[in-house]
Amino acid sequence: MDFFLWLLKRLLALVPTFFGITLISFFVMHLAPGEPMSIQADFNPKMTPEMRQRLRAQYGLDKPLYVQYGRWLNGLIHLDLGRSFSPDRRKVWDKIRERLPVTILINVLSMILILVVAIPLGVRAAVRQNSLFDQVTTVLVFIAYAAPAFWVALLLMLLFGIKLDLLPISGLHSLMGYDSMTTFQRVLDWSKHLVLPVFVSAIGGLAGFSRYTRSSMLEVLRQDYITTARAKGLSERKVIYRHALRNALLPLITILGLSVPGLIGGSVIFESIFAIPGVGQLMWSSVMARDYPVLMGNLVIVSVLTLLGNLLADIGYAAVDPRVRTGIQEGD
Amino acid sequence: MKGGSIEGKRRSIGAFCQNPLAIIGLLIVLALALIAIFAPLIAPYDPQAIDTFHILEAPSLLHPCGTDSLGRDCLSRLIYGARISLLVGFVAVGIATVVGTFLGALAGFYGGFVDGLIMRFVDIMLCFPAIFLIMAVIAFLEPSIWNIMIVIGLTGWMGVARLVRAEFLSLRKRDFVLAAKISGASDFDILFSEILPNAIAPILVSATLGIGGAILTESALSFLGIGVQPPTPSWGNMLTEGKNNLEIAWWLSVFPGLAILITVLGYNLLGEGLRDFLDPRKD
Amino acid sequence: MKRPLILSFLALLFLLFPFASFGKGPGPDYGDAIVVGSIGDASTLIPMLASDATSHEIAGLIYNGLVKYDKDLNLVGDLAESWDISKDGKVITFHLRHGVRWEDGVPFTSKDVLFGFKTIIDPKTPTAYAGDFLEVEKAEAPDPYTFKVTYKEPFAPALSSWGNIVVLPEHLLKGKDITKSPLSRHPVGLGPFRFKLWKTQERIELVANKDYFDGRPYLDGYIMRIIPDPATMFMELKAGGIDWMGLSPIQYKRQTNTPFFRKNFRKYKYLSFSYTYLGYNLRHPFFKDKRVRKAISYAIDKKEIIRGVLLGLGVVATGPYKPDAWYYNPNVKRYPYDPQKAKRLLRECGWKDTDGDGILDKDGRPFVFTVLTNQGNSLRDKTAQIIQYRLKQVGIRMKIRQLEWTAFINDFIDKRRFEAVILGWTLGQDPDIFDIWHSSKTGPKQLNFIGYKNKEVDRLLVLGRRTFEREERKKVYFRIQEILAEDQPYTFLYVPMALPVIHARFRGIRPAPAGIDYNFIRWWVPKDEQKYIMP
Repeated sequence: MDFFLWLLKRLLALVPTFFGITLISFFVMHLAPGEPMSIQADFNPKMTPEMRQRLRAQYGLDKPLYVQYGRWLNGLIHLDLGRSFSPDRRKVWDKIRERLPVTILINVLSMILILVVAIPLGVRAAVRQNSLFDQVTTVLVFIAYAAPAFWVALLLMLLFGIKLDLLPISGLHSLMGYDSMTTFQRVLDWSKHLVLPVFVSAIGGLAGFSRYTRSSMLEVLRQDYITTARAKGLSERKVIYRHALRNALLPLITILGLSVPGLIGGSVIFESIFAIPGVGQLMWSSVMARDYPVLMGNLVIVSVLTLLGNLLADIGYAAVDPRVRTGIQEGD
Repeated sequence: MKGGSIEGKRRSIGAFCQNPLAIIGLLIVLALALIAIFAPLIAPYDPQAIDTFHILEAPSLLHPCGTDSLGRDCLSRLIYGARISLLVGFVAVGIATVVGTFLGALAGFYGGFVDGLIMRFVDIMLCFPAIFLIMAVIAFLEPSIWNIMIVIGLTGWMGVARLVRAEFLSLRKRDFVLAAKISGASDFDILFSEILPNAIAPILVSATLGIGGAILTESALSFLGIGVQPPTPSWGNMLTEGKNNLEIAWWLSVFPGLAILITVLGYNLLGEGLRDFLDPRKD
Repeated sequence: MKRPLILSFLALLFLLFPFASFGKGPGPDYGDAIVVGSIGDASTLIPMLASDATSHEIAGLIYNGLVKYDKDLNLVGDLAESWDISKDGKVITFHLRHGVRWEDGVPFTSKDVLFGFKTIIDPKTPTAYAGDFLEVEKAEAPDPYTFKVTYKEPFAPALSSWGNIVVLPEHLLKGKDITKSPLSRHPVGLGPFRFKLWKTQERIELVANKDYFDGRPYLDGYIMRIIPDPATMFMELKAGGIDWMGLSPIQYKRQTNTPFFRKNFRKYKYLSFSYTYLGYNLRHPFFKDKRVRKAISYAIDKKEIIRGVLLGLGVVATGPYKPDAWYYNPNVKRYPYDPQKAKRLLRECGWKDTDGDGILDKDGRPFVFTVLTNQGNSLRDKTAQIIQYRLKQVGIRMKIRQLEWTAFINDFIDKRRFEAVILGWTLGQDPDIFDIWHSSKTGPKQLNFIGYKNKEVDRLLVLGRRTFEREERKKVYFRIQEILAEDQPYTFLYVPMALPVIHARFRGIRPAPAGIDYNFIRWWVPKDEQKYIMP
């Protein structure tokens, strides 16, 4: 029962956050000098003031800002984000929807890769604190973090795409023959194309997670119950993997949620380098074209998704760790 | 909270000196600071002197890091670039730290409604991919170095705020705070003269770690063409120029890439070392 | 500001790289596809609504015009078989081809032309190409295969304006809002290729139109891949992922001379149909004085820019035309690099460094200005840096600001909020440059944004539009070039070269004054070298 109460409270807390997100998404766009006016209107040398006025009315730009915000918010709730300013005039939601799956896929994969690599690294580093292994992995993960992503991406492309000729350079799948491939071949084809993008988007995150695992693990290993477990004569393996790891990993769920925006942010870079048609590129191209409806829509959708991601992380955390929902915090 | 005794500190200083990674970090950071400060004395050439007769020349005795696509000396640009990149790192982190400390302090000290409001704002800001916000704002404003630093700073304060809030939450009920209150000190005094000094350690650690992040953000912005604008050399825009000539002029991307890598690595190692040193909970 | 591709072919001289392959042996084979790399995605495939090069590139393969330019840049019939021009030059009667059908089988008639014309002059249509059509007094379609236009005044560029942006399928668009038409993402044309699919920001695929009236293309398909990063695109080229892209001067000179490249690719170079300039806001007090503009022109070493930025792959621009056009005047005043002369001119105008800070000043105001240029154009960026360096040496501090294109146009050019710009113009084939230089075009959002006003130029620009006889026109435009060279409203910088690279398996590429893509539908690949199978 208390879980549902907690959940209800947690959901209610989302409401103001959601409004905050929409407010920021909306008003950041109005920081720009001038007004978010249609590109066509501006390119058209014959545009008369009357036509301009008519277009402004069409986009509701003649109304006060709060009315515009109200309309936009109302549309947002119905997933109607208006139409793009670009000449194709497509619906903003359609534009975003077709881009989301790729970005989510790559981010989920890179998240998995991060966890699979970072957790064992962190655990081992903690168990052998200050050993050579600890020091070397520390330096390595920091190097991975410290290298600018686009540079690493190009170096890898050069190595695997050109010199070794093992992997495709860009895009999501092969151009030709893709339609006639079997499902298995398609998966293989996609996988080959995704190796580098996923790798590049993951390496920056290794440092954070492995360091976090390490310190969390160190903390746990100092706890009394671990000492007790050791005293009982359980094997070190059992102590570490059965007792310590579980508790050390719990807080990681929250960090996972928090790292989502960073990963999505990184997609601007790797999507552009690897020519992947995802949300990051949409964001960038709409910034370049001053396509305000797409820009605002993209910003708000991505952050709301992050919000939901965080919610899921919290629910997951609460489900496995009863202390959260009963309100007892650390240091009990 | 335990620890903080003289004995503990001394042990930690010893630990810091014995932590080779932290020492390496410290040395890197110091060396870079010297390079940046004395750039005009060290740099062999004017970093903006164009020489179209000698473009894209490989490293040689004359130009130890080669020349770029306008014939400028890369070593000199790297040296001056250290100034710009470090400036971006320091100022952006400075802004983030001031804003984050201020808001975190308010939230932690007053609690209740103020805390709720500020933390909600933190939650909201944490939902945005910072680079999306930065991109939108920079592209609309002028990508001047100041705008870049301000925007990176204003999208990076949330971590500090949470940290400071946690410290303040735990410190505000301590004896010395109560004593100050009784003696009639103003809230402002208590916040910033009494409590804040006790929370400096974690703030310092997070700022040190943040500098690397800010330098990386600048290089990402440069890749998108909205970073520090040429001809002012930043490592980010040098690397971006270099990537287009990766195969014929490796020196154009390898040196700035390494400069960024080493710098960010240095600040992170130092930050981690400081954390171990300053944080009494982990010895 | 960009004009449709087909309108931009104009050259008399071209520089052809010495290995154009001539397909010998048995005749051309059908099949295979070409994969083209593009930095940006298309925006809309309705030609009159598009303002970007990518959209026009694709739309140009799907739609045809009444006329087109052939390889020697002569106007020839396309959808029009022939035409008559009345003696006073005011009436053009086009006789259209019979038997041409839209993809969906509906016959193409003069109604489609009339419909396109009405759409383009409709103020509700957001198009940048209405200008030339507003000179039309009356357009009629007396029968399905005759289209007749009457101009208010004799209009020399008239014929060339009936290219591929104006013909639209009436039966699919009539009575509908063109800005919301599905044709913008799924065009229905009558050209050599048919639209197949468009995956946003990923690729656009076209397949050969087997019923094309001029004979089906040899290639089965045309695929455009969108690869935003130039470094990635070049690697894709080497890895075989794309067949055709434009090289940068550095790639052309330094990265494509390996045996691998010689074996697998063919490079071409010819003067592009554009020029780059430094333009001054003539309303600004610094630049009102023509001597100051001349001084800046002397202070800039254009040869240095061509050497450093273009690696020699370009020529100095002396005016608003390419040096190989028939109306190009080679004998105008030139401004060779002469910093001493620049300094002298500036001193004459009262610019002196009185406070010893290295920057000239006058009436207490230092000579500091900002030049704007568009982002993502590394050639212009480097040009700006060289100019900045050279101006510093004569005591002028120039700041550079790069702007994304839309903001550049909307907030700075259109609102006249600029001091100087580095930009380029794409050249049309007709010498008419009324829109850019006539004093009536200085209003908001018009193309004479620098505010150039010269009575004689105004008169000549009108005269040039009313004159049909080539030698007469030549005189008019020669004089215009002389005045512009003397006035220096722009410092004309350079005409860059186009540097396409194409995979060696493609045959039938014949470089000509019009460039290489005029005969794209006649390119082919021998059967045993074919790589792709279009379904």
